[in-house]
Amino acid sequence: MQLSRDDLVRAYRTMRTIREFEDRVHDEFAAGKIPGFVHLYAGEEASAVGVCLNLTDKDYIASTHRGHGHCIAKGCDVGAMMKEIYGRADGLCGGKGGSMHIADLTRGMMGANGIVGGGPPLICGAALSAKTLKTGGVAVAFVGDGGSNQGTTLESYNLAKVWDLPAVFVVEDNGYAEATPSAWSVGGSQVKRAEGFGMPGIEVDGHDFFAVHDAARTAIERARKGGGPSLIHVKLARYYGHFEGDAMTYRGDGEVDTIKGGKDCLTLFRQKVTEAGLLEADQLDEVDAEVKALIDGAVGDAESAAAPGEADLVTDVYVRY
Amino acid sequence: MAKKSYRQAINDAIRQEMLADPRVVVMGEDNAGGIEAPGEDDAWGGVLGVTKGLMPEFGRERVLDTPISESAFIGAAAGAAATGLRPVAELMFVDFMGVCFDQIFNQAGKFRYMFGGKAVTPLVVRTMYGAGFRAASQHSQCLYPIFTHVPGLKVVLPSSPYEAKGLMIQAIRDDDPVIFLEHKVMYDDEEDVPDESYTIPFGEANLTREGDDVTVVAFGRMVGLANAAADALEKDGISCTVVDPRTTSPLDTDTILECVEETGRLVIVDEASPRCNMATDISALVAQEAFGALKAPVRMVSPPHTPVPFAPELEDAYIPSQAKIETAIRGVMAH
Ligand SMILES: Cc1ncc(C[n+]2csc(CCOP(=O)(O)OP(=O)(O)O)c2C)c(N)n1
Repeated sequence: MQLSRDDLVRAYRTMRTIREFEDRVHDEFAAGKIPGFVHLYAGEEASAVGVCLNLTDKDYIASTHRGHGHCIAKGCDVGAMMKEIYGRADGLCGGKGGSMHIADLTRGMMGANGIVGGGPPLICGAALSAKTLKTGGVAVAFVGDGGSNQGTTLESYNLAKVWDLPAVFVVEDNGYAEATPSAWSVGGSQVKRAEGFGMPGIEVDGHDFFAVHDAARTAIERARKGGGPSLIHVKLARYYGHFEGDAMTYRGDGEVDTIKGGKDCLTLFRQKVTEAGLLEADQLDEVDAEVKALIDGAVGDAESAAAPGEADLVTDVYVRY
Repeated sequence: MAKKSYRQAINDAIRQEMLADPRVVVMGEDNAGGIEAPGEDDAWGGVLGVTKGLMPEFGRERVLDTPISESAFIGAAAGAAATGLRPVAELMFVDFMGVCFDQIFNQAGKFRYMFGGKAVTPLVVRTMYGAGFRAASQHSQCLYPIFTHVPGLKVVLPSSPYEAKGLMIQAIRDDDPVIFLEHKVMYDDEEDVPDESYTIPFGEANLTREGDDVTVVAFGRMVGLANAAADALEKDGISCTVVDPRTTSPLDTDTILECVEETGRLVIVDEASPRCNMATDISALVAQEAFGALKAPVRMVSPPHTPVPFAPELEDAYIPSQAKIETAIRGVMAH
């Protein structure tokens, strides 16, 4: 597979933006500045970016409660996202949604989702729109290993197959659903589940951006050409707790450090592209610095932005009593 | 008697019933938390730790972890209840009921009636409800009016730790499906709770205070706010009766009507969305049965008809407050 230098820089920049965003949200949450439930995506960047680099604004994704990475990879405005997480009036959803419900339909982002298994049926709908309206678009559902056990997910596999939809299901398996290991909670194999519904399934190493990108490109091109749905089982790791504040007692000592040391997706990406002479290390350092400034700015803006006023409480509902 | 939190009171109740009856089993996501994970000895006991300690004490056969498959495990709990077990199933947040609602309202809720009275379904579904956690639209709803609407279900809304323990033991011993709604903002509230086992019957309202001027009916977390409002108004010479119905199904209509007959004024405080909620239901009841006793129109204190917002400023404005309850009480007095 050939990726241009621009594509490679874009991939790296997006992964770095997600990491920086999540690390900062982690710190600001710990400092008590961010309300509500926050689930961080750090460690899983290669999945969102590997998939979404193959998509355009006419394609849709549906995300999970762990949605920041998907939003950024799909091109949502990072500043407006940060404001949303802070609950500000000019946040991406006017402060009404917060971390768990960030959405931007103009970017083809159908929303993070507070309901596990809520996304797959929605992308069947987006894929149906694309097919019926002949937009050439595809729709991708990100779902966790936990979410892969929901009836909604399994029903969506079947519906996508029988309607022959341009759909891709990306099962992001970070090894846990909250505290429960996927090794215990998932019966059978994800890939065989796909095959059972008559669609191709493939397992990839989610720490390797290139492996994800390749698998996603194949699946998305197939869908775009009318070849129907498929599934990608991405094996990866999350660096933080299930939600912010989770002490991760269910994970072995040093489990996360070991992964960070040996398989971090950003480190692996750097190694690959610099060793192959595709990009220079200082070029990547420059990206790191730019991204850091971007996130500093986003946090600063979010902190000083205005909260919604009480009148906003009753806007966006179709009827008032 | 020791001070116990709302969380501990519920845990106590389940534990005592598990000791007393081997048919009582617990199931839910992360109840045994982290099964086969390195930290499994530190099982979560559900996401907010309500069943913590039960897995080490009773083992995996009686405290079951579930995949995130609510349709399957809530349905399985209903099936187990109809066939000999007495399951206490945790549906983490009431908002997730949508995923498994068929199993509750078409299956469990109807067994007894459809099967000609021959089936018993001793099922308890514990679930968390309510706003105030900054958890936004999909994790903050009340939804108890929806369950109240469905014949065949019993619906419990404990308003304090003491109430929670007695009502939970009653729920586990009850032979019908019970939806037991725990307000997530109350888990750390504390009060004196007996160590020994006791029950509180369903369908019997509790008068948390008695007064002459206004009847205030409040549900769940709103009971505490209603009492605080009544305390504050006492200084201005307004004396309130505060009624905690405890269960919305069955509903103690007799007590509500008696109190309205005595005070002649009614304020209803209901954290659920304002249309077709308990406040509208009780208003209709009073309009039909005690219209002649009313000295003022009934006032209802509920949130606006919107999903629960995320931003703290908006969520605070959304939830019925003590100040809004006081205003409503003054309103019926001024009429
Ligand atoms: C229908 C439903 N059930 C349960 C939950 C509570 N919950 C939120 S996230 C989560 C774990 C999800 O695990 P997984 O799908 O593997 O995603 P991950 O957190 O690993 O990214 C659970 C149980 C929910 N939000 N919705």
